[in-house]
Amino acid sequence: MLIRCPWCGERDHAEYFYGGDATVKRPAENAGVQAWNDYVYLRDNPKGPHRELWQHQAGCREWLVVTRDTLTHDILGVEPVKGAAR
Amino acid sequence: MTRYSAFSLLRQTLRGHRGWDRAWRDPEPKRHYDVIIIGGGGHGLASAYYLAKLHGVRNVAVVEKGYLGSGNTGRNTTIVRSNYLIEPNAHFYEHSLKLWEGLSEDLNYNVMFSQRGVLNLAHSDGQMDAAARRGNAMRLNGIDAELLDREQVRVMVPHLDFSEHARFPIFGGLYQPRGGTARHDAVAWGFARGASALGVDIIQNCEVKGIKRQGNRVLGVETSRGFIGAGKIGMAVAGNSSHVAAMAGLKLPIESHVLQAFVTEGLKPWIDTVVTYGVGHFYISQSDKGGLVLGGDIDGYNSYAQKGNLALIEHCMAAGMQILPSLSRTRILRHWGGVMDMSMDGSPIIAKTPIDNFYINGGWCYGGFKATPGSGWVFAHTIAHDKPHPINAEFTLERFAEGRAIDEKGGGPTPNVH
Ligand SMILES: Cc1cc2nc3c(=O)[nH]c(=O)nc-3n(C[C@H](O)[C@H](O)[C@H](O)COP(=O)(O)OP(=O)(O)OC[C@H]3O[C@@H](n4cnc5c(N)ncnc54)[C@H](O)[C@@H]3O)c2cc1C
Ligand SMILES: [Zn+2]
Repeated sequence: MLIRCPWCGERDHAEYFYGGDATVKRPAENAGVQAWNDYVYLRDNPKGPHRELWQHQAGCREWLVVTRDTLTHDILGVEPVKGAAR
Repeated sequence: MTRYSAFSLLRQTLRGHRGWDRAWRDPEPKRHYDVIIIGGGGHGLASAYYLAKLHGVRNVAVVEKGYLGSGNTGRNTTIVRSNYLIEPNAHFYEHSLKLWEGLSEDLNYNVMFSQRGVLNLAHSDGQMDAAARRGNAMRLNGIDAELLDREQVRVMVPHLDFSEHARFPIFGGLYQPRGGTARHDAVAWGFARGASALGVDIIQNCEVKGIKRQGNRVLGVETSRGFIGAGKIGMAVAGNSSHVAAMAGLKLPIESHVLQAFVTEGLKPWIDTVVTYGVGHFYISQSDKGGLVLGGDIDGYNSYAQKGNLALIEHCMAAGMQILPSLSRTRILRHWGGVMDMSMDGSPIIAKTPIDNFYINGGWCYGGFKATPGSGWVFAHTIAHDKPHPINAEFTLERFAEGRAIDEKGGGPTPNVH
């Protein structure tokens, strides 16, 4: 699996650290147990396109939002985390 | 159903093996069942078997999208053990191990359960302390455990790396003599045959595509072979748990990840127990055909692909070489992947759901094969009585929000590290 880092180019996924689902949003501190349970534990876990965080740990160390198909492992898009719609 | 015995084998041998019956019936789906189990892996089939056998619930269907055991049941490395540290896990897996011990006789089907032992290596004083702690906890829970020193491990598996060059020298290990391996697809077939004989309909090539809901109840499943009504529905679909639960409107504390495994060419008897490495994630045993069966970690990213990547293969082989240098001479014949239902605390969910008559069995991570009989046994109880058995009472969906996670490893809510 190759991920094209916007700064370093196409690199093996082993250079990256996987940060999981990029769509979960940290709730306000007083949002209540249910909102926090959703954030910490519940995941859509889709079969198909998944927006997820990867850090180019063995490269530029930037965090990226990668859209990847979990059924085929095709990479559908890579964006810097800053500015990416989340 | 013909009972399998030395006699039936002899009789069929004389007839050229042309008279064997089907092992299980292949019925058309009925319009309605008291219970539908989604998923024809070991867990779904065991659940149906125990529902019929122990709870008198016989109007049951197991609905499987492919063929029996086409999921993780037929893809796993078949290690069976109950060497758990914390309470609910220890009791549940030990209950399962006890069922394994009588399973071939109970099913009249040889699941080739072989109690060849499971040896977890330790490579430092700290790991020896942890092994002693785990072993003591196991023994207090009535589970067999033996702490071995370096010399005892050497006698048991002399070809491990005991040289001065070992990067992580072997200090000893924790051994569970009653652990071992079994024949994976025989487990699916044995439970299927047993369940079918008790009246359970096993329906293959029948994918559940939707779950019909009315208010807080489920009414049945939309499948590739039409709608089938149900009084109760239990799901046991392992790596597809999130996908199927979503059909009923539930979101789960689970991520799906790919786990790979490997088999080498056949060798003469070489390893007569199961060995796990204590530094890298690597384990190895030898099948009855002589192939070495080995594996390691999950790849680490969400996946439904049933295939993995090369980085993990290299990592796994490197870990293997660290404890078993002679492995370098063997050739890998086959490798494959399976989709793991990694839960947020590394423990399973076998429970009622917020929907009245819908039950979940999932979150098995990479250790659900050993759970097969125990999982079916408690899931059948949970469905039949609409209440968990004390053995699975803590494996709820609500435990996460309640702060009662069952986190054997202390890894926190990061499914890819359990
Ligand atoms: C490589 C590998 C090694 C492993 N090693 C071990 C080990 O050594 N020891 C151990 O204890 N565990 C091990 N495991 C884990 C173990 O295999 C699983 O936890 C266990 O098999 C899960 O049991 P199951 O019967 O529920 O799963 P499965 O056999 O996967 O059954 C689920 C079934 O549901 C079906 N299904 C899915 N969606 C639908 C649908 N929509 N409609 C109808 N049917 C559907 C699937 O086709 C599948 O047959 C390993 C797993 C893998 C992949
Ligand atoms: Zn980079």
